[in-house]
Formats: sequence, structure tokens, C-alpha cells
Amino acid sequence: MTAVAVDRPAAPSLLALTAVELRKMTDTRAGRWLLASVVLIGAALVGVVLFAVPRAELTMEELFGAATSGAFILLPVVGVLSVASEWSQRTALSTFTLVPRRERVVAAKLAAASVLTAVFWAVSSALAWAGRALAEALDRTDAGWGLPPRLAASALLLMLLGTLGGVAFGMLFPSPPLAIVLLFALPIVWGILGETVSALNDVAGWLDTGRTGEPFMDPGARLTGEAWARLAVSQAVWLGAPLLLGHLRVVRREVT
Amino acid sequence: MIEVDALTKRYGEVAAVADVSFRCEPGTVTGFLGPNGAGKSTTLRMICGLTPPTSGAARVLGVPYRRIANPGRHVGVMLDASAQHPGRTGRETLRLAARLLGVDAGRAEEMLRRVGLPENAGRRRVGGYSLGMRQRLGIAQALLGDPRVLILDEPANGLDPEGIHWMRTLLRDFADRGGTVLLSSHLLREVEAVADRFVVIARGRVVAQGAKDDLLAARAETLVRAPEPDALRAALAAAGLPARRAGRDGFRVRADAEKVGRAAAEAGVALRELRPAGDGGLEELFLSLTAPSKDPGGPERERPEEREEDAS
Repeated sequence: MTAVAVDRPAAPSLLALTAVELRKMTDTRAGRWLLASVVLIGAALVGVVLFAVPRAELTMEELFGAATSGAFILLPVVGVLSVASEWSQRTALSTFTLVPRRERVVAAKLAAASVLTAVFWAVSSALAWAGRALAEALDRTDAGWGLPPRLAASALLLMLLGTLGGVAFGMLFPSPPLAIVLLFALPIVWGILGETVSALNDVAGWLDTGRTGEPFMDPGARLTGEAWARLAVSQAVWLGAPLLLGHLRVVRREVT
Repeated sequence: MIEVDALTKRYGEVAAVADVSFRCEPGTVTGFLGPNGAGKSTTLRMICGLTPPTSGAARVLGVPYRRIANPGRHVGVMLDASAQHPGRTGRETLRLAARLLGVDAGRAEEMLRRVGLPENAGRRRVGGYSLGMRQRLGIAQALLGDPRVLILDEPANGLDPEGIHWMRTLLRDFADRGGTVLLSSHLLREVEAVADRFVVIARGRVVAQGAKDDLLAARAETLVRAPEPDALRAALAAAGLPARRAGRDGFRVRADAEKVGRAAAEAGVALRELRPAGDGGLEELFLSLTAPSKDPGGPERERPEEREEDAS
């Protein structure tokens, strides 16, 4: 056949693809509002803690919990939209025309979602400390400035799992509203079932991500091997399986 | 160079594309013609590796599209001008593509100018663009990687006459510099002036293909008028030329002007007018080729409902 060098120039590196995906998460009006909301919700809840929580309970842990709530709630939505909007806005057509190896796009989206999570985890932490400084100025607290490293690390881990779960749901359910509703509704329904149906209670202890994550966010709880096992099993179901099936779906799907 | 070899796509029982084969050579513009729903877009998506074919294969520059390492640097593709994120500006859309292609960001600005999108349009969100502006943005993205092959689906949709003229000039120039162009359209007159080859598809099947002149020659008609039409009719019949009445004193003859002139001269018939009919011969050909199948055993396809949709 013709001696055309179709191997050159090289395909974009994973780093370049990740940078592009990060930019795609932040360069639309919807994306910017979503990310601004992450910070605004965190700041608002820090304000609530500052004025509504009794002096004795106004600790760094409390402020950190409030500051990270925006990221915990909304970053999974950012994850969903990073994939699902490719289908709903039909940008998949040019994305996969320019990068035919779709698994590389998926990898870049997961990497970009991880970077974004780390950034907003850091921003949330900064918010918590800003709240602590404000509490000092307003003379509302006697607690220290320290943030337990285990709490900070656990928050990063759970936040990351949540955002990646969003990406996985976005791959599995290409309609953004459907993916977002299922992402939030399924664990809630499952959680209620686990609480109310006694037969499911034991199972829920292994499959309800809300319950398996609890000991990690509780500075008093011991992180036993079993706690890790419960987290791993629940995440295998809510993150691992959707990720695997969603990936297959994205790679095989006809792009129209 | 594009090679399409017996591409077939079935959705359940329905064959959207059946056994489609053609080639596009460097230096040519191929018009891929057919009514809406004929299978043009499905074929183009199969060429670009977006739709897996049921059977058959397509190669671009000698390899399957998905084997090209950085396809945007070799093949410029625009399959749907509307498929851009409405919340992104035109400039940002091109800059993202430039990052993927590994070309300089300045190339994005250059392409905006090249396709005639003014400075302030580049800063606006694509959601506010007219279809014509989206087409220009799509062309800009297709040209971004300085490709040798262009694959465009309905690029003239939504363009005004000036835009269509601009597009023709651009594609002709691209092919004249050795590029390969494949563009689809459901409106013959949009591509008639620029394409040198046609592939006509109807109900998923290729119904005609070849150089424009060859396709036309097979159907070329001559218009001839004479003061004594009955004598002319006899002369044409004697020469074995198929003719049908056109107007009070003339005929349309399925032969070139020279044959008709000789037939008249041999019979000593004076003529009033002798010229190639030339009026919509290709249009007539297109319509006859893509008309719904009367053969009940033929492939069933949904009938195009809006033949003149988005006519510009």
C-alpha cells in the first residue's frame, strides 16, 4: 500500500489528553458554575458552623466536615457530566474522531477527575482553616488549629472514590439526568432498605458506601482490616462494576 | 486516498448501508449524493471508525481510520456541525482540538480567520452561532491539522450562497493541491459545481458512480428545433436516434449535437436550433436514480421525508 507515515505524528500523550479533559471540565459556563458551587456550598456551611455550633463543639474537624461537603456532593456530578455530556452535547463525535482509541479518553477522564478532586480537596481544607481563622477573630472557639492527618487523608480517598464513581455512572448511563439521579438515588434507596429490612442489615454493612465510609471519617473509630474490607467490597460494587461495564459501553458504542 | 470496500451496516433486519464500495483518489473531489436517510452519514461514520460495520472495510491513506496514530493530522473530518458544546466559545473549541493534534494554538486563530469567522465570533459561545457559522467552525476544525484528506457530511447545510461559493473554492483548491475530498449532500446543485466524481446512494445501495462527465454523457440530451418538425422526426427516426417531443417545433434527443446535426443534414432538414439540452440533466439523473424502489423485493428503507430540508 501507499507508504504514508500514518504513525506520525504520534497520538497525544496521556498527559496531554488529561490536560484537555481537565480544561473541558472547566471551560464551559455549566462547568464553571458547578465548580464555583463546590466552593460556595463549602463556604456557606463553614459560615453555618461558625455561628450555629456551640463554642465547645467548634473544632477543626467540624469546620473541615462543613468545608468539604460541597466537594462530596458536587464532584460526583462533575464526574458524571465529564462523560455523559459528551453524548448529550454530541461532542463525542469529534472527541472520538480525533482520538479513536477511546480507552485513552476514558483513562484521561479518570485522571482529570482525580486531579480536580485533589485540587478541591485542598481548596476545601483551605476553607476550613479560613473558618478557623475567622472563629479566632470572632472569639468563637478554644479548639486547636490542627487537622488530624488521618481525617484529611480519608476525606481525600472517599472524595476520590465518589468522583470516580460519578465518571463510572456517566459512562454507564449516557443521559446526564438519569446518571445523576441514579448516582444519588440508588445508594439512598439501598441505605434505607439496609436500615429498615433487618435481613439486609448485615449485607448493607458491606455494600452501603455511606456505612462503609463512616469509620474513615470518624476520628475516634479504629480502622480495622474489616473496615478496609467493607470499603473495598462496597466500592467494588458501586465504583468497580459501573466502571468496568461503562468502559465497555463507551468503547463499543456507536457514536452518532 | 479513501477506499471503501463492500461496507454493510445492518440494524436488526434493516440494512442502512448495503455493500457500498468506492474509491476517492488524491486530487479529486467526490460528491457523495443521496436523499436524506439513504445511508450517507452511516457510511461516513463507518469510514471514520465511529460505527462498527456489520461487514466490509474502509481504509483511509491505506489503513483503517482507527490505525492512524493522530488522525486529525492526516484526515480532516466534519460529520455534524451541530455536534459542538454550546457552552464553549468557538476559539476554545479550536484550541482544545489544537492541543489534541499537537499543533500550535496560533493555528486556531489562523483557521478562524481562514474560514471567515470574525474576531468577536471566536469569543462567542457556539450556542449562539447560526448553522452557517457552525459549519465554518467545523471546517476550521477539520483543516486545523493541515490534513491531506477531507471527509465532510453535508458541509453546505445552512450556508448562504456566498458561503457555498466560498466552500466550493476552498474544496477545489484543496483538491488541486493534491488533497482528497469526500463530501456528502442531499442536494445535487450544492456539489455539482465542485465535484469531479459522484457516488450516488439510495436506500443504502450505490446506484451510480463515476466521473461527472461520464455520468452526464450517458444521459446527455440535445435539443433540436426545425420549421418542419415532422420531417425532422422522420430524419431522427431514420438515424435511429431516440427522440421525444419538446415544445411546438422541437425534440429532445438522447444523443450529442453532432449526431443530431448529421441526421438532419443527411435528410436535408433545415434546423432552427441545435444545442445540448444541458438543463438539469444531472438533476434528472439524480432524481431518477434515487426515486423510491418499485421493486417489492428490493431493500426496504425508510423514505426520506424532507428532501429539501435546510435547502439554502
